[in-house]
Amino acid sequence: MVLHIASHFAEQEDPVQNMPKKYYAFFTLPTLIAFVISFLVPFLLGIYLSFTKFTTVTDSHWVGVGNYIRAFSEDKDFLNASIFTVKFAVVSVVLINVLAFSLALLLTRKIKGTNVFRTVFFMPNLIGGIVLGYIWQLLINGVLINFGVDITYSANYGFWGLVVLMNWQMAGYMMVIYIAGIQAISTELIEAAEIDGANSWQILKNITIPLVMPSFTICTFLTVTNSFKLFDQNLALTAGAPGKASSMLALDIFNTFYGRNGYEGVGQAKAVIFFLFVAAIVLLQLRFSRSQEVEN
Amino acid sequence: MNAKKYLQDNVTFIFLLILAVLFLAPILIVFMNSFKGRFFISDTPFALPDTQTFVGITNYFSGIAKTGFIQAFGYSLFITVFSVATIVLFTSMTAWCITRVKSKVSSFLFYLLVFSMIVPFQMVMFTMSKMANIMRLDNPVGIIVIYLGFGAGLSVFIFSGFIKGIPHEIEEAARIDGCNPIQTFFLVVFPILKPIYITVAILNTMWIWNDYLLPYLVIGSNYRTIPIAVQYLQGGYGSRDMGAMMSMLVLAIVPIVIFYLTCQKYIIEGVVAGAVKG
Repeated sequence: MVLHIASHFAEQEDPVQNMPKKYYAFFTLPTLIAFVISFLVPFLLGIYLSFTKFTTVTDSHWVGVGNYIRAFSEDKDFLNASIFTVKFAVVSVVLINVLAFSLALLLTRKIKGTNVFRTVFFMPNLIGGIVLGYIWQLLINGVLINFGVDITYSANYGFWGLVVLMNWQMAGYMMVIYIAGIQAISTELIEAAEIDGANSWQILKNITIPLVMPSFTICTFLTVTNSFKLFDQNLALTAGAPGKASSMLALDIFNTFYGRNGYEGVGQAKAVIFFLFVAAIVLLQLRFSRSQEVEN
Repeated sequence: MNAKKYLQDNVTFIFLLILAVLFLAPILIVFMNSFKGRFFISDTPFALPDTQTFVGITNYFSGIAKTGFIQAFGYSLFITVFSVATIVLFTSMTAWCITRVKSKVSSFLFYLLVFSMIVPFQMVMFTMSKMANIMRLDNPVGIIVIYLGFGAGLSVFIFSGFIKGIPHEIEEAARIDGCNPIQTFFLVVFPILKPIYITVAILNTMWIWNDYLLPYLVIGSNYRTIPIAVQYLQGGYGSRDMGAMMSMLVLAIVPIVIFYLTCQKYIIEGVVAGAVKG
């Protein structure tokens, strides 16, 4: 994704037909009207409302940065959710990518049953977050009941529950991207290394890993953004319990908006901070992949 | 050397087999529990049903009745099919137009659409659901407009990347033969886009079918899609019917598994293409 944005307008093409204005409208208006209604106006209105106190969109008055201060000062919920989210993102990104890459290595060795295994490992990715959350709630509680507790006993249980859930859901998805990357490596390169006497560890370290770096960039990007924006799984698995200790950012924002009256402005301010957070990560990633492109 | 490879392959195979069983186990356990009485599920989820706990398909009846699953399935299917069709049609038109007509407006629109991809849903959820409410889009038909707006970023982006690779000469030839831009697009360009519109359709289907928060906020009080129906069962603490919950989880997974097994090739290819190009 990021690589593609960077190169989108880099290449110049021949000027093409001048399309009359009426055609331009015919092709773009349906999408643009929907885009303005469901994204652009709500987005701009959202930024404005984050500086106001409001209960409905039409009834608001200016409070400056008050909501932004309240987001952090009134309670520790938002701060805790941020810490929980960052920790979760780091742990799950590492584990998912290690698992997915290992599976991809095993499934590119041309052993029997490869296609069936690939099908099985990828399948959880298609199941929706709410359903996944309840499946794992059943399993984790089924284990924990032997110790007389359940998943809402400690935020740590919720944390590791989410990590396991996300590994189950995303490992297969990242695996197919790594498989595509590994299969794109020319076999001649590996044969040449074998003739030169390289062992399989050396081949992995000096050929396979460097050459799957583009896949690695994509997978990191996808796992980081998915981990940060996680909502459904969080809601279904623990709903933030105990208390709000296992709430991630998206769930905390949702609860601020809809959980109590008079906090809509604070919720919107938190949402703006959340947006800046995600945008910063995407831009960092973009810059990182650009610098890699230059090296290549 | 061959004996060593043979041994390695067998060890790998057995390891993968165990892992595959572990991957399937959560779904199988839920399936098994869907046939157990509601009070025998939470405490002993790993025990097979026996004569005391087996209740046949009673859970399915109670689950369907409690959640209105049949309607939920209908709403999910309607919204997914029509939203995806709308997205594929309109975003491919938009992508073609803003890719082929080079102007400041085109690049501005392109960047605006790409920008929307990085904005998390929570940023716009409140204002968007109010807009939908004010504009009377809070019904299964109106929500298609919302999905078109939200799906536009990724879909235009993917289409646009593909369209850049199509030689202009084909469209030039169509124009010389007397096609206006609308005919050129639908008779010449759209058929060429087939591999990529399958990708776009699959990515959007997976998103919309499983989406919870957007439909919950926009139409959730009157119309329940499948994820909303499942979450609805959660209810208050202690009052949850685990039997109904298990049956709903199974019923929510079955359509996905059928869809996956019938279009598996397209799904995996589409997801990889979408990730790499997107």
